[in-house]
Amino acid sequence: MPGVDLGERLRSLGGGSAVALKLDPREYADHYFAVLNATLRDVGSETDAHTIYVTVTNPASFVWTLAQALDVPLERISFVDAISHIMMNYSNPLPNATYIDSPRALEEIMLRVEYLLRKYPHPRSIVVIDSVNSLAIHNPPELLTEFFHILLNNLKARNVLTLVLESSDDETSAVEQMLNLVVDETIDIARGR
Amino acid sequence: METLLGTERLVFSMETPSGADPPDVSTPLPPAGGSILAPAVVLERCATGIEGLDNILGGGIPRGNMVLVAGSVGTGKTTLSLEFLVRGAERGERSLFLSVTESSSKLMLNLSTFEFFRQDLVADGSLLFVDLPSIYDRLGLEHEELLPEEIDILLRTIRDLVRSLGIRRLVLDSLTSVCYRIRRDERIRDFMLRLGQDLNEAGCTSLLVSEIGPQPGRYSLHGVEEAIVDGVILLWNTRRLGDILRVLQIVKMRGTAHSRAQFVMELTPIGILMAPHLKGGRPEGAM
Repeated sequence: MPGVDLGERLRSLGGGSAVALKLDPREYADHYFAVLNATLRDVGSETDAHTIYVTVTNPASFVWTLAQALDVPLERISFVDAISHIMMNYSNPLPNATYIDSPRALEEIMLRVEYLLRKYPHPRSIVVIDSVNSLAIHNPPELLTEFFHILLNNLKARNVLTLVLESSDDETSAVEQMLNLVVDETIDIARGR
Repeated sequence: METLLGTERLVFSMETPSGADPPDVSTPLPPAGGSILAPAVVLERCATGIEGLDNILGGGIPRGNMVLVAGSVGTGKTTLSLEFLVRGAERGERSLFLSVTESSSKLMLNLSTFEFFRQDLVADGSLLFVDLPSIYDRLGLEHEELLPEEIDILLRTIRDLVRSLGIRRLVLDSLTSVCYRIRRDERIRDFMLRLGQDLNEAGCTSLLVSEIGPQPGRYSLHGVEEAIVDGVILLWNTRRLGDILRVLQIVKMRGTAHSRAQFVMELTPIGILMAPHLKGGRPEGAM
């Protein structure tokens, strides 16, 4: 990985920022772990920080296993899991997760994030959306654009740092173009900027 | 004027002939805290305590309004009504739930699953539950179709309950069940006019639950009810690629400007939360 201290970079972001984290699909596993390390351990371990992790790619149980390997305490992270139900993988729900029937219920994702923000008020709240590509599989682009526009503006107004994971090696993809409209900046994990 | 850059006065500058006074083109400011569309008189509000709903109602339901909460099964009518009462009782407004369809004990059992419910409000009499069928029995209202004098007795009983107990918020769940026993349109109209007047005079804001089918276009069983009430909150289920979403829309609310947009509603343990209904360029967000 190029010399970028992602954790330091993310720590420097103010509340209210909306940032796309671009992962190279050819080095997905390395980039994914680097992103989790930076978001959950480096930024998430700040005093009084609380992370709301919206997972559409992998079940919350999978991400939670990785988070435990990074020594992330249970009370510092909550999940909005929008994938376990449709993957028929709902037999052992996590105590720190809320489950949504389908990744097509975009409003419910907004409302569960809102619920967790209210239930666990913290001076520093972070919302991670993993990922825009998975949401794009289940939702038409117009709906997804509307969703991100409303959600990110709402979180910005509430001083919440939002990180949107994106996997792409093509800067002209429809997903990337849509994301460029709604985020403040994109950090390319492969290029380190 | 509130702008993205802060509070500033909006003044257009114009070139004027030498020596001539510049025309006064400054835009008068709305009163502090007001808005350009602020009404001449702002009616006292009864904040529902449901933040999303109060936001789209400009602060709450105008005090004393009688509002129909219309929706088909599973749309959240009873939960919305119960939260309205609990939030009111918390604010010191004595609240009464008149139940026709479910027993009070069952309702309270369901309510106890919500974090916003407080048993102490029931214990200290701030939040009251009354089963209307037991009142029917006690008053001897036996006829399947209520006679005019029995309707009078029922109205008088509700009015006396509200006045004697100092009730500020009332829910009737459901109006449909009461109207089922009144049956005739002209009697329903009269019943509702008198009920609305009694409650308004007592400063009591009320929600009347109306059970309707899933088909759009009606807000009540007889079609009379929505014409009499001051407001209509419509709830329904909509589908997106097979998934069901609960949607809320304010159709009518006398005495206040309000949003007419559609909102998706979620019944969470901490209460009802609302978010804009995404359309993605499609009518009704349907797919």
